[in-house]
Amino acid sequence: MKAPDFRYLKPKTLPECLSLLAEHGDLAQVLAGGQSLMPLLNLRLAAPAVLIDINGLSELSGIREADGSITIGALERHEEIAQSAIVRQRLPLLADAAPHIAHIAIRARGTIGGSVALADPAAEWPACCLALGAEIELASTRGRRRVAAADYFQGLYTTARQADELVAAIHFPPAAPNAVHAFREISRRRGDFAIAGLALAALRTGETLHNVRLAFFGVSDRPILASNAMAALEGRPLGASMIEAACKALGAELSPPEDPAYPAAYKRQVATTLLARILGDLQAELLDA
Amino acid sequence: MSTDLKEPIGAEVPRDRAKRLLAGRGRFVDDISLPRMVHMAFLRSPYPHARIRGIDTSAAADMPGVVRVVTAADLADVVSTWRPLHNRFPTMAAPEQGVLATDTARFQGEAVAAVLAATRAQAEDACEAIVIDWQALAQVGDVATALTPGAPRIHEEMSSNLAFEAEVVAGDAEAALANADHVVERTFRFHRHTGVSLETRGILAEYDPTERRLTVYQSHQTPHQQQDLYARLLGLPEHKVRVICPDVGGAFGVKHHLYPDELAACAAAVLLGRPVKFIADRVESFMTDVHCRDHEVHARMGFAADGQIVGLAIEDRFNAGAYGQHPRSSVAEGNQITRLTGAPYRLENYAAKLKMAFLNRGILGHIRAVGHPIAAAVSEALIELGAKELGRDALDLRRQNYLRDSDFPLTSAGGVAFERLSFTQCLDKALSLADVGAFRQEQAALRAKGIHRGIGFNTFVELTAIGPEYYGEGGQHISAQETCLLRMEASGQVRIHIGTTDQGQGIDTGIQQVVAGVLGIPLDDIEVISGDSALSPMGGGSWGSRGAALGGEVAMRAARTLRLNLLSMAGFLLQKSADDLDLVDGIVVDRQHGTAHMSTADLAKIGHFRPYTLPSDLPSDLTVTARYASRDRMFIAGNGIQVAIVEVDTGTGLVRPLRHLVVHDCGRVLNPLLVREQIRGGVVQGLGSALYEEFRYAENGALLNASFADYLVPMAAEMPDIEVAHVTTPTETSELGAKGAGEAGLAGAVGAILNAVNDAISPTGAFLTEVPLTPPRILEAINRVAQIE
Ligand SMILES: Cc1cc2nc3c(=O)[nH]c(=O)nc-3n(C[C@H](O)[C@H](O)[C@H](O)COP(=O)(O)OP(=O)(O)OC[C@H]3O[C@@H](n4cnc5c(N)ncnc54)[C@H](O)[C@@H]3O)c2cc1C
Repeated sequence: MKAPDFRYLKPKTLPECLSLLAEHGDLAQVLAGGQSLMPLLNLRLAAPAVLIDINGLSELSGIREADGSITIGALERHEEIAQSAIVRQRLPLLADAAPHIAHIAIRARGTIGGSVALADPAAEWPACCLALGAEIELASTRGRRRVAAADYFQGLYTTARQADELVAAIHFPPAAPNAVHAFREISRRRGDFAIAGLALAALRTGETLHNVRLAFFGVSDRPILASNAMAALEGRPLGASMIEAACKALGAELSPPEDPAYPAAYKRQVATTLLARILGDLQAELLDA
Repeated sequence: MSTDLKEPIGAEVPRDRAKRLLAGRGRFVDDISLPRMVHMAFLRSPYPHARIRGIDTSAAADMPGVVRVVTAADLADVVSTWRPLHNRFPTMAAPEQGVLATDTARFQGEAVAAVLAATRAQAEDACEAIVIDWQALAQVGDVATALTPGAPRIHEEMSSNLAFEAEVVAGDAEAALANADHVVERTFRFHRHTGVSLETRGILAEYDPTERRLTVYQSHQTPHQQQDLYARLLGLPEHKVRVICPDVGGAFGVKHHLYPDELAACAAAVLLGRPVKFIADRVESFMTDVHCRDHEVHARMGFAADGQIVGLAIEDRFNAGAYGQHPRSSVAEGNQITRLTGAPYRLENYAAKLKMAFLNRGILGHIRAVGHPIAAAVSEALIELGAKELGRDALDLRRQNYLRDSDFPLTSAGGVAFERLSFTQCLDKALSLADVGAFRQEQAALRAKGIHRGIGFNTFVELTAIGPEYYGEGGQHISAQETCLLRMEASGQVRIHIGTTDQGQGIDTGIQQVVAGVLGIPLDDIEVISGDSALSPMGGGSWGSRGAALGGEVAMRAARTLRLNLLSMAGFLLQKSADDLDLVDGIVVDRQHGTAHMSTADLAKIGHFRPYTLPSDLPSDLTVTARYASRDRMFIAGNGIQVAIVEVDTGTGLVRPLRHLVVHDCGRVLNPLLVREQIRGGVVQGLGSALYEEFRYAENGALLNASFADYLVPMAAEMPDIEVAHVTTPTETSELGAKGAGEAGLAGAVGAILNAVNDAISPTGAFLTEVPLTPPRILEAINRVAQIE
């Protein structure tokens, strides 16, 4: 398969890029790492009239800490994030999640902005954004705005981003000193999109968890917070009965879409397995520390 | 055994071709471009079954870069239709097929129209502009429905969808099962998949109308077969049709058939008088490459109280897809299953029934290890069930029932001649390499921690190097005979022209080794030229594990003739008896003392430039040929056993292969390196069928996973280390004694994994019989027993 014909534009500055987006809107697609877009073009599942290549925009790169938040530019490659010292120290959930994204060659090109813009329901970064309460910064000729991850991811490949907006950066609150996190997913082969996955973030006091956030991916049309399971864990010391209660709550609140390869009942069961295992490991970790 | 089979025969020689390919210097079809070449893209049916009420190509014809848009009607005068008949199966239905669908499309992906344009992208653009007036028809996607009276008919020329029916009988299985002390019974399901070569199918056809000459570059296994088919179907003189197979990036049986789209490219080249290139993209490959498996086997095995197998009955239901596959037909997979199930065992009462239907699905063909994995998996799962029922150790039960040395030669219950197979020896060797006792202890200890590991054994028979009777009697122009032409140049270096072909398995190197060993000249002084229907002597190409057994044998014969000629020349020149001379490393030496006399280069110069110095009746041809075809045997049978150790995650259903061992008997090993890699590659494909590969279809028959995103193939990270060991029982049907080795890996891996997974989850009480063993199937099986309990 060969891509249908398109115009290729490579703006040199961010304002130029934003006016191109304003001009072409729906007819344009932004080209970042190309790791999702190129296959879509070649399969003729996408047929944009214009491609706006953002790889020349240095404003979109970099990982910085300022004003109590860590900002990751949209063009940061998956692998750069995995290797970043700031991320390892201040956002260890991301460092744990990164190796699960595709294979090294894809991680070297693919960007966090692309992942967040695409909003694949089985992708790792959107779930991490949700677990950590990140904000997505959108830029257009109309100005800039920040949208909380919980409001940004709206459905299957559907987000709060308007056609003329660019994902400019993602802002993460850095991990507090008493933060705990865990990341786990299951996939058939290394590098595959997850069948189901879980990004967990919480605060701890002794063996008790607070502000528990369980962001599941691969089990709905978008990354989702398992609020009943979260409530079951909130403010209580983590123990076997709590874990069981959380898993039970999860089983009741998840309703994965039917997928011909992975029936809903299967996804529910493995999501529960994941939660039980992640909490089991966490319990051991809390006891240890 | 012959004494002239010296080193490097049997040595671990790496392949020359691998070096070139690694250096990026491979030349595949798509690397070739010709002046005035156009690209061809196909409009394919999006429906599994639909009437074509009209085709409007006018808008497409006006698109940029478009040279011509063609439908079946446009090509009708250039190319004929065909029927995949096989005279050994005279009752098999063989409905007519053409390069493009005319009034009905019978599977999703069937080519309906095509665009020839300056670039492939333009051709695809124009395909989107072809307007077809479709009328969707009821589609038939499973054999049970297809064979129900009143089911929608796929071919109007037929009265039902039944394509073929057959029975293999020995003794009285029903009576034996009725009297058996124990009977185990299961229905097994093997889902549909394909061969997945890295390089997709591709063709570049060039036609010169002034000479009526067709030159075809094609990613294919059998250039001579294609030359014959193209000549006959396009009505061209065969000696003006040349099919060249350059580097071929994997084939696995996907590339030894006739494909309508590839023939259409040849027809378009004739129509336009311009070179036409068609390279299948990955989606087209998944939809239109031949598929394999898709069998449901109901099986019953009966045992006497002492463990003796008293009877075996199977019924195999499968399908050909929408048409028969040409020119080999689609029967073989079912046929092999009826011939091979239970084959390793002493079996007097056997009955196998086979039904093949047509479905609105892609065409099924012959892919690596045709039928073998199913026959072996069914037999070996039944043995495991039998052992449970009898309270016996399953290995012990195998030993008791295996065919023994004293049983050979014999014709099996399935009707296959077995010369001498080594089941007990292979099992012994496997047990010396895998400590089952230690595994069982570890297994028990880990189970206590919730870790479920299992071990699986799978004994298999491997049928290789088919003889000329199968296709000869069948009426197909498919050669099972090989001819080798050796040509010594003036330098003393040698070119081998042979009909076997190399798709990456390295058979060219094996043949080079045979000639080097027999002739007595260095390996580097020899090159194999294969894969060109004009340059290579007529032969069968490579498929069905025939290269070493047939190509090796004929190369040995040709090398002996050339060696005799060289030594007789030397004898005359040195005034010695040729019998007292030997050729070692390209030098004529005294056989007894090793004294060097002259080089092959000296001889070659005399032979080529001063022939007048030799007596005219002295055998001194420096270009020689030899011919070899087996007689009075259908196959050369090999055998082996595979042992798999896996871990099953009972919380997710994921299977992790931990260890894989293959003990294999392929007779004389020409090159252990090549054989090991054949086996390993086959095992990996077998792990693919066992764990990952499966086409999935929607209710309406639409193929859901025609891309690598959803059709999972095994990848390196998940593969276990694969150990290979040999038992050597050379065949006496040839002097070289080599049996084929290409099917073994795949033949045995599926059943080994199936048994290992069932062993791992045995505490849950679940027993799976559906392959691939996907995580949802495994959890569902476990949940089902849990609910019953
Ligand atoms: C074999 C394979 C396996 C993969 N496995 C995984 C996996 O396990 N997990 C996972 O998360 N991903 C996986 N991916 C996808 C990969 O991570 C992509 O890199 C990512 O989804 C998209 O990032 P990109 O930079 O490549 O975006 P592109 O492909 O360039 O763009 C993707 C989409 O986002 C839009 N876009 C990109 N950047 C912006 C922006 N800044 N603002 C607005 N719109 C934008 C584009 O217009 C396009 O619609 C896999 C990809 C492949 C090929």
